[in-house]
Amino acid sequence: MQNDTTPAWVYIVIATAGVVAPLLFPAYTNQIAFLWLMVLFALTWDLVGGQMGYNSLGNIFYFGAGMYISAVVQVGMFTDVGTYTSARGGEQLVLGYFDYFYSLGAGVLLAAVGCVIFAVILSRIMFGLRGPYFAIGTLGVALAARELAGTWEWIGGGSGIAMPVYPGLPDEKSLVFYGIFFMLAVVTFVCVRWLYSTRFAQAINAIRDDEAKAEAMGIHTLRHKTVAWSVSAFFLGMSGAVFGNLTGFVEPLEVAFPTVTFGIFMVVMSLLGGKGTLWGPVIGATLFHVIKEVTWTYLLGWQWVALGVLIIVNVVFFQDGIMGWMQSRWPERFGITVDASMSSRGGKRKGGAGA
Amino acid sequence: MNESLIVVENVSKAFGGVVANSNISLSVPEGRITGLIGPNGSGKTTLFNSIVGYHPVDSGSIRFQGREISKLRVQRIARLGMLRTFQQTRIYSKMDCVQNMLISVPHRNTRFFDMFTRFPPQTLEKAESLLEFVGLYQKRHLISGDLSFGQQKLLEFAMALMNDPKVLLLDEPTAGINPTLINGLIDRLKRANSEFGITLFVIEHNMRVIMNLAESIYCLAHGEMLAYGTPDDIQNDQRVIDAYLGAH
Amino acid sequence: MLDNLNLLSLAPILNVQLLLDGMFVGAIFVLAAYGLALVWGVMNVKNLAQGEYVIMGGYFAWHLSTYGLHPILSIPIIAAVMFGMGWIVYLTIIKWVIGRDLFTSLLATFGIALVVQQALNLAYGPDVRTAESGFEIRSLFGGLVTVADIKLISFGLCILLAACVVLFMKRSRMGQAIRATAQDARAARVMGIDTERVYAFTYALNAAICGAAGVLVSMIWVIQPFYGVPHSIRAFVIVTAAGLGNLPGVIMAGFGLGVAEQYSGFVLGAEFQQATAVGLLVVILVWRQIQMSRYRQVVE
Repeated sequence: MQNDTTPAWVYIVIATAGVVAPLLFPAYTNQIAFLWLMVLFALTWDLVGGQMGYNSLGNIFYFGAGMYISAVVQVGMFTDVGTYTSARGGEQLVLGYFDYFYSLGAGVLLAAVGCVIFAVILSRIMFGLRGPYFAIGTLGVALAARELAGTWEWIGGGSGIAMPVYPGLPDEKSLVFYGIFFMLAVVTFVCVRWLYSTRFAQAINAIRDDEAKAEAMGIHTLRHKTVAWSVSAFFLGMSGAVFGNLTGFVEPLEVAFPTVTFGIFMVVMSLLGGKGTLWGPVIGATLFHVIKEVTWTYLLGWQWVALGVLIIVNVVFFQDGIMGWMQSRWPERFGITVDASMSSRGGKRKGGAGA
Repeated sequence: MNESLIVVENVSKAFGGVVANSNISLSVPEGRITGLIGPNGSGKTTLFNSIVGYHPVDSGSIRFQGREISKLRVQRIARLGMLRTFQQTRIYSKMDCVQNMLISVPHRNTRFFDMFTRFPPQTLEKAESLLEFVGLYQKRHLISGDLSFGQQKLLEFAMALMNDPKVLLLDEPTAGINPTLINGLIDRLKRANSEFGITLFVIEHNMRVIMNLAESIYCLAHGEMLAYGTPDDIQNDQRVIDAYLGAH
Repeated sequence: MLDNLNLLSLAPILNVQLLLDGMFVGAIFVLAAYGLALVWGVMNVKNLAQGEYVIMGGYFAWHLSTYGLHPILSIPIIAAVMFGMGWIVYLTIIKWVIGRDLFTSLLATFGIALVVQQALNLAYGPDVRTAESGFEIRSLFGGLVTVADIKLISFGLCILLAACVVLFMKRSRMGQAIRATAQDARAARVMGIDTERVYAFTYALNAAICGAAGVLVSMIWVIQPFYGVPHSIRAFVIVTAAGLGNLPGVIMAGFGLGVAEQYSGFVLGAEFQQATAVGLLVVILVWRQIQMSRYRQVVE
């Protein structure tokens, strides 16, 4: 995985598609924007879950935390948060262009920083847990945050916070937010791709394969785990902040901490595409999102049952995902080959115990 | 060169009511090959685990280069330069052999931001030459989990060498290896000791191997230190013979 | 919050109410947690669908009660139905999960949970329901403490059910086979035990226990398609706190959790009652880590 051998035309096609898509299909701008969000979700989940083997069910926590941080920052820049939320959305902040984007930038940035701080703290707490305990523990953190946000009156409790109103027309807003989501996904991909080219990748893969061995070899396991989760949290926090602004309304159950929708989509998309690979999450996210958007409305209420079935089938019968399947189908394409030469000097010396 | 690298003094360890080690004292001299033998269940692996930090000892002290390590965690001890291999071979089974080797570089002096750098070409060269040393060069791009058990064992040994340890604790290095390959392995262990200057501390069941390999041997029985001496001493020690025959 | 604490010290008799209510629901938690520990211990599958089976049993009881069958009488029927359903789920899904890595079982059963809750939602709608059992409520201490007869009956039924299960595990051939498989599946296979059947039976038994617990929930509490998740979390809290194969521990932890929920609901407000189990889960996991790190170990 460390050397990305993807041909350049793939990147060109994706970049072009990303720029042209909202112009070709203006009616679907938001749906395509959410596709980029899904790509970001899958990539950040896979960094910790697929590459490092720590299967988190609670990564959605950073999404919601980022959203709330940005909400508090953006509202707090112009008015008192407590009185604003106690009005129960009765009034909404109306800002000019400059104030809007200035506060949006500040909100997104602080959301990212805040989430990294959360990730560092949570790493100390959660990374002593292994396997199912980690999964359940992170799920517990996400659910606890959701309950907490629902009872904390200052940030609006169960009735939530209304975000500042976009100063322009709805179509313009869609395009602007499309651009932000597209950029976020691209930056996430580039960052993750770079990370996988460094020794960081081998270290977290080693942790995934056998953490006790990694410790016995002296790898700074907690350090690597903290960094991995922090990178994940950084992008999730930003995406949460942007998502909150696009929705215009932040509320704990459905918007900020959607544990059983987005929280599970992340996992399913990574597994579908092939966890522990660079392209798997991207492929999985695209496939999942497109299928979901196309079939969702035709399933007439059965869509959630279908999602459950998809999870089961995916996990039980197709766990390696598309990329994993391709790797076992064509191993030589992935560089898994036997070298005919016996030594690095190319000689034909007999290799002793190698047979 | 004859200073003691590892000094174990009066170490005791019990699991529940079962005493695995009682009052064990030994020392591993620097630059030598030291053996540890004993019948099944005599507490050899427990002692190894205590030394490398897998569990706390009940009493006693363990020093490495004069430094008390019985309270340190596994990673800290590994970074001091003490490494162990496992009885059940452990490698990173979904990575290929070269990656297994690369990530085994010593982590003693790595700083935080080193994790974001790439491995320098010398590291790759070293990895490949060590793979050649154990005879896995051809298979270096295969996923290591697909290798045979014996090859995995060799890979684990090569990974340990990659780490430049001061001392290597080997838990039954020849268990499960094809007898025809054992001589090759003994030869490599000796070369690791003489060429790379790595002190070896070896648990071994195969008497022929340990008598061939070690310069001095400790023998454990029922969690207690039974005997210590050169291979010849040990072979002729009546208590050792009794312990082995009594156990079978 | 402080007012409520004051109230407790001014009228200590309220503690009795909280303790009693905690015990009554705690007994039901114990059943679900025991089932979880059983499946976990025997086949190393972490069943996240535990709470959904409880709610499913509750809905079946409610459904039968609309035809005039009293919920208490429906317990054997529902246990049988859930047993069959558990067997089918085992054959179609769980069978392929055994022996795989831990996350597989967690996610697969999460998928089952999703299917069950959504199917219940489609079948019965999102309304909160209670199966009417038609018993009286008695007042003690001049009306300060109230105890519904049905809660007492449910408590008794819990004990009866638990006793049956324990006796079954100790005495019957299948119970012994289950315990043998839990200790060492391969040895059990060598000794001629059909472990495949044991697994299926264990999973089905778990579903039956949960279903019966669900009937009790539907009588003394409320059911709703999405109320399964808290039940699953509770089961995990109890098992994590008590450890596997520790029945007295599970019972104590179950009662403790029930009481803790009642207290937090009373002192902090009803909205915190839900958060208690989740909060306790995180606290217990952290506490176990600190404990393990003293032994230079991690929680595995």
